[in-house]
Amino acid sequence: MSGPAATEAAPAVERWTPLSRISVVAAVAIIAALAFGPLVLNPDWVDKLTTLFIYVILAVMWNALAGYGGLVSIGQPAFFGLGAYAAVRLADAGVNVYLSLVAAALLVGLAARPISAFMLRLKAGEFAIGMWVVAELAHLLVNLDGLVQGETGTSLIAMTAYGAESRRAAVYWLALAAMAVLVGVVFVLLRSRTGAAIQAIRDDEDAAAAVGVRVLATKRLIFILAAAGTAMAGALWLATAISFQPKTYFGVQWTAYMIFMVLVGGLGTFEGPLLGAVIFFTIEAWFGGSGVWYLVGLGATALLFSLFLPRGIWGAVESRFPLRLLPVGYRLRGAPKSL
Amino acid sequence: MTSNDDGAILAASGIHKRFDALVVLDGVDFAMRADEAIGVVGPNGAGKTTFLSVLVGAHQPSSGRVRFRGDDVTRLPAAERCRLGLARTHQVPRAFGGMTVFENIFVAAANGGGFSRGEAYDRCIDAISLCSMMSVANRRAETLGLLDRKRLELARALATNPVVLLLDEIGGGLSDGEAGELVETIGELRRRRIAIVWIEHIVHILLQVAERLICMDAGKVIADGSPTAVMSDRAVIDAYFGEGAA
Repeated sequence: MSGPAATEAAPAVERWTPLSRISVVAAVAIIAALAFGPLVLNPDWVDKLTTLFIYVILAVMWNALAGYGGLVSIGQPAFFGLGAYAAVRLADAGVNVYLSLVAAALLVGLAARPISAFMLRLKAGEFAIGMWVVAELAHLLVNLDGLVQGETGTSLIAMTAYGAESRRAAVYWLALAAMAVLVGVVFVLLRSRTGAAIQAIRDDEDAAAAVGVRVLATKRLIFILAAAGTAMAGALWLATAISFQPKTYFGVQWTAYMIFMVLVGGLGTFEGPLLGAVIFFTIEAWFGGSGVWYLVGLGATALLFSLFLPRGIWGAVESRFPLRLLPVGYRLRGAPKSL
Repeated sequence: MTSNDDGAILAASGIHKRFDALVVLDGVDFAMRADEAIGVVGPNGAGKTTFLSVLVGAHQPSSGRVRFRGDDVTRLPAAERCRLGLARTHQVPRAFGGMTVFENIFVAAANGGGFSRGEAYDRCIDAISLCSMMSVANRRAETLGLLDRKRLELARALATNPVVLLLDEIGGGLSDGEAGELVETIGELRRRRIAIVWIEHIVHILLQVAERLICMDAGKVIADGSPTAVMSDRAVIDAYFGEGAA
């Protein structure tokens, strides 16, 4: 009797569940608790968590771009490096060093607009490789700057005006705030009507246009957001490292890290990259010193995941259990449950 | 070129479409009123699907004009034409595979339909029940079989709130029972005053809906009129059975 009754009852659209409400409250509570970090943790852990926050930003941004937008880019280090570079330049021009970190991200977001005009004409593999070219080009151009002096690099000298303790805490809080804001923005965006349009474009661009989706404007939005977010991560990395050597920032290893976190955690799932960032952070803490074999291991693991668990750990969990912690999709209640 | 499309809801004049050396559309003229249901027949390769793609803006014509609701829309992108009320289904279904059936339809209602969130939900539920997709509403579209994919094409087009709906072989591969259901659904769309252009090979289904028939062959309209007149037209019979078929 429940079968027919379920279809007869007026169906309603469900976006939140009791579990997902609890999850959001828990996420806010975790962020609030983390805000006390510098007051209670030893300096080593404060640095480590700052690194984790940066990884989370990178993973969430790459997933928004590739997993939801279908824009698979191997050139996101372009924005990571430009974010750091812009921060160096702004601080050198006398802007407050913390302000320059945030302003750098916004500037790179602006710069991504003209870049998108060229890059978004490219499809699939062409876009992926084209973005790599953008990264190399950005790297070469930054090397030409007299302030950077090629690979000699420079540093965020203005940062040293602050004591090591206050600097460590400030960068930690800034990274935590940036992570919370950026993850929040992506969550709200994906839950919005635009979020559904982004995924439609990923799955079939022409069919999306056929149902009224403004394809180019929508892709541009996600491209610029990912650029600005990745630039914020680059600026924060600079704030922790102080020194700016272009090849450390524009290097393709960042692409490998982003892909690893997203593929292992769960491409195209919201929770996956958060999990992936924590996993990557843990693995790096254990094996990060093992040099080349560490990178080989990362690559092999990502490859195995894309072959055997294409939607990552979280995708596999989601397909077995109705576990939606931070849902961005829609469910029709009153329609039979199915996976 | 033609001037008899005044008052037409959708019209095309002098449409040519070439892909390199291949001429697919060779001067097509077309006009329909807001209350019409038109069937389009013709042998494979006649240019039916290409013509439909030109009407909705998926292809740019090499020359010729398209008018919709009184405006020249020849240069208007497909998304904007859809927002004006011109919707299509695809011959080979093109679902958004990674999204659920409901989400597929929601994209259409929120973008092409221009509905607010609450209105869009109502539209989706309406389209889902009309196309008998309630039992698969929460399924990822990539897991659907052919019948449900075809239904999804129709439901998605419907959610854009179309004035004119262009159907491309939506009946292909359906059983008699399923085809009967489809005819019923399209009858309901007619009652909602949606104008229909329906490309279909299965003529007996088409004739239950179409009041007017157009036959295309080799990129041209070779007959246009009442279904009985078109089906007994010499040129139509030649296109299907004669003239070089032997």
